[in-house]
Amino acid sequence: MLQRIYAIFRGRNREFVRDRSSLAWNLLLPVALVFGLSFAFDGQRDEYTVGVLQAETEIDTSAHPFLETKYVRFVPYEDIDRALRKVERHQLDLLIELGPPARYWINPAATKGYFVEFALLQSAAPVTDAVAKVQIEGDPVRYADWILPGILGMNMMFSCLFGVGYVIVRYRKNGFLKRLRATPLTAFEFIIAQVGSRMVLIMLITSFVYTGTHLLLDTRMEGSYFTLFLVGLVGAISMVSLGLIVSARVTSEELAGGLLNLINWPMMMLSGVWFSLEGTGETVQKISQIFPLTHVLDSARAVMLDGATLADIAPSLAALTVLSGIFLAIGSAIFKWEQY
Amino acid sequence: MPIALEARDLVKEYPGVTAVDGVSFSVPEGICFGLLGPNGAGKTTTVEIIEGVTRSTSGSVYYYGEIAGARFRQEAGIQFQNTALQDYLTVLETIEMFRSLYDRQANLDEIIEQCSLGDLLGRDNRKLSGGQRQRLLLAVALVNRPKLIFLDEPTTGLDPQARRNFWDLVQNIRAGGATIVLTTHYMDEAQVLCDEIAIMDAGKIVTQGAPDQLLFEKYGDELINLSHGEIRRPNLEDLFLDLTGHSLRT
Repeated sequence: MLQRIYAIFRGRNREFVRDRSSLAWNLLLPVALVFGLSFAFDGQRDEYTVGVLQAETEIDTSAHPFLETKYVRFVPYEDIDRALRKVERHQLDLLIELGPPARYWINPAATKGYFVEFALLQSAAPVTDAVAKVQIEGDPVRYADWILPGILGMNMMFSCLFGVGYVIVRYRKNGFLKRLRATPLTAFEFIIAQVGSRMVLIMLITSFVYTGTHLLLDTRMEGSYFTLFLVGLVGAISMVSLGLIVSARVTSEELAGGLLNLINWPMMMLSGVWFSLEGTGETVQKISQIFPLTHVLDSARAVMLDGATLADIAPSLAALTVLSGIFLAIGSAIFKWEQY
Repeated sequence: MPIALEARDLVKEYPGVTAVDGVSFSVPEGICFGLLGPNGAGKTTTVEIIEGVTRSTSGSVYYYGEIAGARFRQEAGIQFQNTALQDYLTVLETIEMFRSLYDRQANLDEIIEQCSLGDLLGRDNRKLSGGQRQRLLLAVALVNRPKLIFLDEPTTGLDPQARRNFWDLVQNIRAGGATIVLTTHYMDEAQVLCDEIAIMDAGKIVTQGAPDQLLFEKYGDELINLSHGEIRRPNLEDLFLDLTGHSLRT
């Protein structure tokens, strides 16, 4: 069995590596995106963002006149450590707790924090008299630091979905799957070889792109490389498994492309690739949890930006593992070799 | 001779069409068995049911007396009518990959020599001519030292030289003791290669036996008068047309 899996695994690797244009696209696109976006948008966060420390998910703007300030986005935070890290990284311009006792945290090195503090102090003098000020030190998270996990995750998603889903549909359409079916190779062996091949290739490519951008842009890495690698590995398995569901029966490359895009686009928009989902509606945040990419990006950012440990991201890894199990079970159950 | 392969009452129905309608035949070990028929007769579907790549609606396939299963997959070699191979792989890599899928493995050098692929080993699959590609597909069908080989219209689209060369290859394989099931449109090919034939039309076998025996049964010592005055003995093509009709098949 291992000999057969290895034969298909090696054949697919050779096919991918020798397709120079596809390989170059997989390597160059994410690097170009990270560089382009980081130069274009670094330091250009237009909106002021203030964290409000409270247990409720909705902010009651009548609780304090400052909460009615225009052009400021107020985001509720329950976890004070997480919110303080964001102030430290300049991702929040100010954090306020209405108390009692009322207090706020600010990073004196954050330019926008200065103005938001000014707005707070001006908003209602009698109340803010009682607000205690605490200063926090820390370097800002640059746009490159924040976008890197998003771009890597997006590249991984495209590569996993199209690299497995589209390729298997092409094999089915051109008769290669039929030829394999006439051999002792089983569907399980074939699927394992395809998943294994894509896993190795995507992990190599992602590691290469991460190392290159990390060295060139000196991106932030607060956590362990091993934990980050584990996030990538578990995430890639879940997305390859998702690609298998699409490819399990479809015989048309056009339909496969459409279905894969149907999966790609919501993930790209609602998983936090380009912008943070903090402050979005509860429904959107709940929907985002069904996407594997959301868990990959949340975990990767937690490791890279906040130094999260394996224990911290265990819930996301568990969610990814459950999703992979569901996708693989469905994909294997409905897999079909033949075109008709 | 033991029976290498037996098909019993094979039926394949598609919505509104019965592609294979109760086909039965048996193939003794060591012979070349030809399955002939016009386009759409059901030859390829029949063979693909036997090969295990298409599910039949009903009927059974036996390999040396047992339902065709794991042993059959290990011991059968198959050359499909149309097969895509993996892009960017060389001839040698393709043969090696398929060879690794079997427990029974042929000697690599012998296959390469047998199929005259020695000069093409490093060439990309996509850059082979029609004849070279057919030789590679035959090599892929031989990677497991098959006892039973299926060749589905293997010379369609080849020039006369490549066809003759392919016939030599098939005769060599048969001389090695393998059983061959061949489907073809070409009556001259069947006449040269096949010990026994079955002619199919509209999903059914209309006649079956040794070519000479079938000709004798149909025509005896009868001679055919051709329109330009030539007189000759009937051949397999005459038999084929008499049994399946002269109307154009689509």
